Amino acid sequence: MISPIAFLNPENMIWISLALPLLAVVLIFLFGKMPNIREACTIGISVVLFGVICSLASHVFAGERPTWRLSEMLPGFEIAFTVEPLGMLFALVASGLWILTTIYAIGYMRGHHEINQTRFFACFAIAIFAALSAAFAKNLFTLFVAYEVMTVSTYPLVTHHGNEEAKQGGRVYLGILLGTSVAFFMLAIAWTWSVAGTLDFTPGGILTQASLDGKITNMQLSILLGLFAFGIGKAALMPFHRWLPAAMVAPTPVSALLHAVAVVKVGVFSILKVVVYIFGIDLIGGTHLDVTNQTGMSDWLCYLAGASILLASLVAMTKDNLKARLAYSTISQLSYITLGAALATTDSVIGGGMHIAMHAVGKITLFFCAGAIYVGAHKKNISDMRGLGRAMPFTMGAFLIASLCIIGIPPGGGAWSKMFLAIGAAERGHSFLIAALMISSLLNIAYLVPIPILSFMTPKGQEPLKYKEAPLMCVVPLCITAVGSVALFFFADQIYAWLLPITTISGN
Amino acid sequence: MIDQLPILLIIIPLFAAPLLVLLGSRHLALPISLAVVWSVFGISVALLCRVIQNGPIGYELGGWPSPYGIVYVIDYLSSFVMMFVSALGAIVLTYAPPSIKQEIPFSKHYLFYACYLLCLTGLLGMCITGDLFNVFVFLEISSLSSYALISLGKTRRAPLAALHYLIFGTIGATFFLIGIGLLYQMTGTLNMADIGRRLSEVRAERLLAGLTQFSRTELVAFAFMTVGLSIKMAVFPLHTWLPNAYAYAPSVVTGFIAATATKVSVYAFIRLVYGIFTPNFAFETMPLDTALMIFSLIGIFVASVAAIYQTDVKRLLAYSSVAQIGYMLLGISMSNVDGLTAGIVHMFNHALIKGGLFMVVGCFALRLGSVKLDDLRGAGKTMPLTSLAWVIGGLGLIGVPMTAGFISKWLLLTAALEHDWWPVAVLMLLSSLLAVVYVWRVVELLYFSEPSDKAKRAKEAPALMLIPTYIVIAATVVFGCWTVYSAGLAQKAALALLAITESGIAPGGTP
Repeated sequence: MISPIAFLNPENMIWISLALPLLAVVLIFLFGKMPNIREACTIGISVVLFGVICSLASHVFAGERPTWRLSEMLPGFEIAFTVEPLGMLFALVASGLWILTTIYAIGYMRGHHEINQTRFFACFAIAIFAALSAAFAKNLFTLFVAYEVMTVSTYPLVTHHGNEEAKQGGRVYLGILLGTSVAFFMLAIAWTWSVAGTLDFTPGGILTQASLDGKITNMQLSILLGLFAFGIGKAALMPFHRWLPAAMVAPTPVSALLHAVAVVKVGVFSILKVVVYIFGIDLIGGTHLDVTNQTGMSDWLCYLAGASILLASLVAMTKDNLKARLAYSTISQLSYITLGAALATTDSVIGGGMHIAMHAVGKITLFFCAGAIYVGAHKKNISDMRGLGRAMPFTMGAFLIASLCIIGIPPGGGAWSKMFLAIGAAERGHSFLIAALMISSLLNIAYLVPIPILSFMTPKGQEPLKYKEAPLMCVVPLCITAVGSVALFFFADQIYAWLLPITTISGN
Repeated sequence: MIDQLPILLIIIPLFAAPLLVLLGSRHLALPISLAVVWSVFGISVALLCRVIQNGPIGYELGGWPSPYGIVYVIDYLSSFVMMFVSALGAIVLTYAPPSIKQEIPFSKHYLFYACYLLCLTGLLGMCITGDLFNVFVFLEISSLSSYALISLGKTRRAPLAALHYLIFGTIGATFFLIGIGLLYQMTGTLNMADIGRRLSEVRAERLLAGLTQFSRTELVAFAFMTVGLSIKMAVFPLHTWLPNAYAYAPSVVTGFIAATATKVSVYAFIRLVYGIFTPNFAFETMPLDTALMIFSLIGIFVASVAAIYQTDVKRLLAYSSVAQIGYMLLGISMSNVDGLTAGIVHMFNHALIKGGLFMVVGCFALRLGSVKLDDLRGAGKTMPLTSLAWVIGGLGLIGVPMTAGFISKWLLLTAALEHDWWPVAVLMLLSSLLAVVYVWRVVELLYFSEPSDKAKRAKEAPALMLIPTYIVIAATVVFGCWTVYSAGLAQKAALALLAITESGIAPGGTP
């Protein structure tokens, strides 16, 4: 008989945390006809999952790198999981926010009398499973499989309403995500495998040796980086960003968890992972001692990400539909993380990793608010929201706080990550990019802050107070995440310490 | 008894077929043929197990020693192909009764079962035999019975489609026979391993005599046989018989033939290249690899685009089959272990996927009475399980990870890169995106359209059909995650084939 303590070693916790969402799927289908039990199961499992992930995190951040191998899917290509700090952070964020989103989704879906709720919650759990699998992936192959599972499992969520609009949105969603991943990502992985002979995520990267052996030139490395950057369509780097606004036809909880946290973060997380563990920061950044002449390998990507940041922010300003504006804001913020990866300095990579957490908490709050406004007041457009803050003070207050986080003004958590990114750009000497970051922050202020301010500012007499706050199950989660976005500001040094090992080769 | 398994595999269905006709009973036909197909499946699994345990088996018919008598060769490749051919044969027949009850007049049922068993016999025979003339005989058995099966279709266009196939198929078979004749004239033997050995002797003699290494007879024979088999494999542009034949045949027949017939022809082609003529001859002396690559790629693109524009699900899948054959041939023409593995495993994976999808279409045909895309509109609401099966099978066809299709695609991709065929790798990936379009067109129709009149009235397919369909569809997922007995066996088969090429000795031949 194994004692429970010995059983809960980090290796076992990996498969337990992957199995829990799948267990949730089974239970959701079993209790499909009994909504209360069904939702209780989901919440129960998400809480247990978060507990397991936290306990796993305590091991990982202490320096352990637990590994769990499932099997070889093909000779030489195995499905295996190793937890390292970046993936751990992502898993913490995704599983933690799953609890809140589930609670929120119950309020939203019931408030809206949505159909097919069983399918909805089941697909949701599968998407969480895919996110965790990607977070813990030991090699690119596993990551790719998880990435595609996520694409397919979120399609029914995006097209949940089943109408013509959902069909069109789903078409763009699946077309771009599947198209880029098959045409570029898969090719990039196979190429990497053919030159490096392995796909394992290794501190310091696996392509350095191939580059030294002359198996791949610097030009080819640059092209390979491009295949990864565009192939990971979930990172929504322009010009492959159209799927994100298209996916906004989904119910708001989907937009909240998947398009602020799980799906998009799997994208940027993959890019960070590829840069850090496949290429190696030194190789991309041009600071590797033995590889000559490779400066500028990722410059084009830096500038493309910079352009993407600015353009998406500009487009966001033109959108009156709140969810569309948030979608473009997400595209812009994702490019921050891509930029962090492309700059490839210690600070920029940590800044990027940190921004995964900061942006996730901030953006999910904003989406929760958008949904709460829709449930409480049936408003989608920003121009109709004047004076709403008086009727929905908690929602709008949370919106304001989360906006600070996204913009990067203290005490919003985003302040730190954006600062590290700016430091990274300065270290690389890209003054244009520093300017782009600053301008984008100003644009963020311009398109986010007026929404809550105007909603509070309108004189009381002009707007009839016929609306009230959304149900409690919607409002409480968004208040918690709003508080979280501020709390993260004070935890930034902790996150920095957690992420630091990923940038050092001896981090293992 | 155990030693006689190879011959039982052929004898049982071969004799059961005329027995059904002689009995003429419409009620006994089903149980007898079910018993036959499942026992055939059992035998082929037993043979596969024996090959895995003890290595290749040679079985001499009537005790005649090898180059003189007919020999049956059961090695990794043939046992693997026989295993999935008999498995699909068995499972499709189990699924068949409700469907043929609707699509084939009751008076012809026993003839249907007889033809089905004959067709299965022919396909298994082509796999198992080590004798070239025997391959032709079994090819004709399977072809003739499939013409008959196709012409059983409900519409009046079915016999016409069967006639079209008959003309093409006969030309193909005749070409193959001409090739055999030329080879026999040259080597005086029909045993495949023996032909291979004597050909290499002839080549060596010609080199010594200062002639070109390859005689004209050999070139012509190879050309005839390749073209003949290409027709049977439905290689673009010799595929024109296939879409109509698949579209107008009864659903069950389409499911069975689509899953097995073209694959067995591909198998025969592999034997021809790797067992008799050697890849060195086929791909270096003759530019067959370049030709195959070009025709495969053009075929993949043309057929996939054609599939996108079809208005009938059966034709859509038929064109998709033409495209998928291209992937198999791409792998085979790479003539390295990875490419060959990819080609062989795609035979298996595609048999599962396409078999499963045609079974799904059969369910739709049963309940909607039509397989027109217009009539499928909105069927996702009234036939949720059938529609879900289409989605899963379709994902396999696209090659999404965790489905069998991904395994083949990944192997083919890595093989192409290993071979430094960059354009092929890129084109292959791009072409697989076309599959997204034609699969998803149907998915969108099923789930997002207003139900058609027929779909409104439809109800879920019977369990008797759904369960076998789901077994096959589930297998596409299982073999997408667990590949020990798909890619693993295919790799062993590929290694064995390449070893023959190097040593010049085929299993089952006299040492």
